[in-house]
Amino acid sequence: MSAPGPLDLHGLRAQPSWRAAKSHLATAAMILAVVAIAIPLLAVVWSVVTRGIGVVTDAFPEFFTAEIPVVSRRKGPGMGPAILGTLLVTGGATLIAVPLGVLGAIYLHEYGQTSRFARLVRFMTTVMTGVPSIVMGLFVYLTWTLRFGYSAFGGALALACLMLPVVIGSTEQMLRLVPATLREAAYALGTSKSRTILTVVLPAALPGIVSGSLLAIARAAGETAPLLFAIGAATAYNPNLFAEANTALSVQIFGNATSSFVAAQDRAWGAALTLMLLAFVVTFIARKLTARFALER
Amino acid sequence: MPDELPGGVLRGPQAHADRAFRGIAIGAAALVLLILGMIALVMADRARPVLAEMGLDFFTSKRWSPPHEKFGALPFLFGTLYTAAIALAISVPVSLGVALFVTQVAPRWLKKPMIYLLDLLAVVPSVVFGLWGVLVLSQHFGLGRSFLTAGIILGIMITPIITSLAREVMETTPAAEKEAALALGATRWEMIRAAVLPHSKGGLVGAVMLGLGRAMGETIAAALVIGSALGQITLDPFAPGNSMPAVIANEWGEADHMHRSALIALAVALFLLTIVVNLIATAIVQRSMARSRGKS
Repeated sequence: MSAPGPLDLHGLRAQPSWRAAKSHLATAAMILAVVAIAIPLLAVVWSVVTRGIGVVTDAFPEFFTAEIPVVSRRKGPGMGPAILGTLLVTGGATLIAVPLGVLGAIYLHEYGQTSRFARLVRFMTTVMTGVPSIVMGLFVYLTWTLRFGYSAFGGALALACLMLPVVIGSTEQMLRLVPATLREAAYALGTSKSRTILTVVLPAALPGIVSGSLLAIARAAGETAPLLFAIGAATAYNPNLFAEANTALSVQIFGNATSSFVAAQDRAWGAALTLMLLAFVVTFIARKLTARFALER
Repeated sequence: MPDELPGGVLRGPQAHADRAFRGIAIGAAALVLLILGMIALVMADRARPVLAEMGLDFFTSKRWSPPHEKFGALPFLFGTLYTAAIALAISVPVSLGVALFVTQVAPRWLKKPMIYLLDLLAVVPSVVFGLWGVLVLSQHFGLGRSFLTAGIILGIMITPIITSLAREVMETTPAAEKEAALALGATRWEMIRAAVLPHSKGGLVGAVMLGLGRAMGETIAAALVIGSALGQITLDPFAPGNSMPAVIANEWGEADHMHRSALIALAVALFLLTIVVNLIATAIVQRSMARSRGKS
């Protein structure tokens, strides 16, 4: 018997087949989908950056500090009062929604767990996440603004209503990640439950909670609909959180977008760039925190 | 689980502090119920005048004429559903394709930055999309302000959201199932059809429904690009139209008593519609998540 000849490598190579072709076609379709979404999203960012940057740099730093022209067809800066308004409204909403949301999540995960009331609250939190922002705006208008007038605080209330369920949801997820052994160790040392939660559980979950809250803040800062009803319209600085009409970047973009004056449209692009950068920076910090949290675990 | 531990059996001042803290936490949780209850009560109360006047005509009549106190919301209901349908038609295939690419095809070095970028795009404010829609898309692409423009903008907006949910669901496919398919000689596409898609079907449906809820509730972008036409019920995508949230945002400023009541009634209808969609979505997602957890 002669020794076997060299292996026929050609026969082992994958044969071109319609099955392989179909798979390649599917992969091509996926790449096409990536391109299809990349184009419009990048186009939006590109428009905002290219049209906004000129507006901002032409009058730097007045664009960020000057008051908004009362006559909207007049050229020139600024968005100062809107930037202050956005910070006031978003900051106010954060101060209301984050502590309450964290406390609510503490109840759900540390106390209520699977009790009927906790399940009801969890269910309603999901429901609340889906409430359209304009409905929240109308609700705050009817219950707050009609009685106390326009103010940044009304806007903060509306945004807080939108943020609350998001903060509860993300915080509960983070509390779930805290190992039970940490709690057990604290209890073994004779620590009371509330003290365990405040000094052991919360610090352990803190980066995750902060990151979840920052994402909620980034979303809230861009909201327009709830502010339309609650904060009124202003063109001058109003540092008072609780009184008088105010304005915000998102409201200014909405108002100027439909203007037929190029000057107003320019200001809208500048405001859009400012708002987008603000949201990106907050998101960026949140992601960094998440990454660190993941590393520590 | 922590409740069964002996943390809560202390006596003295510590026990009081413990109970007080528990009370505060319960109060914060109950706030969710309170706010939702108040929304339902306040809005229903304010919507009553117009519903008493119009009856079911509010939902079936096509005539919306505030000066004549005629409020038929059918065109806006139609506009909301129609633009949401266009948005889904655009967004769903793209989202699924991107999610499949990220989870099954992309090499590791490409995967991370893509996820990062999609997350970043999910926080671009809706008013910025609206601004782009009204000043770029509707002007330079000859679309005008129409159902189609609104549908496209909404579709672009909800794509990062659906993609990120779809990606998370696909990520939970057990590696063993994928490897089993590949070991039997399946191509990548066959593996996706045999392992990934059946596994994540429920979650994907839920993700799409959540996107639908988003698209229907979105106010500002729609208000800017939909064209604010009254009484339009047409399938022509290039016709200007209107949607429920857009009408509320655009007409609230000039509305008087009865008109406002009608706008609030619109908000109530929108509220109920989005809640139903979201609840179905959540139920589907949770059931499929529970099933996949039980399996792996």
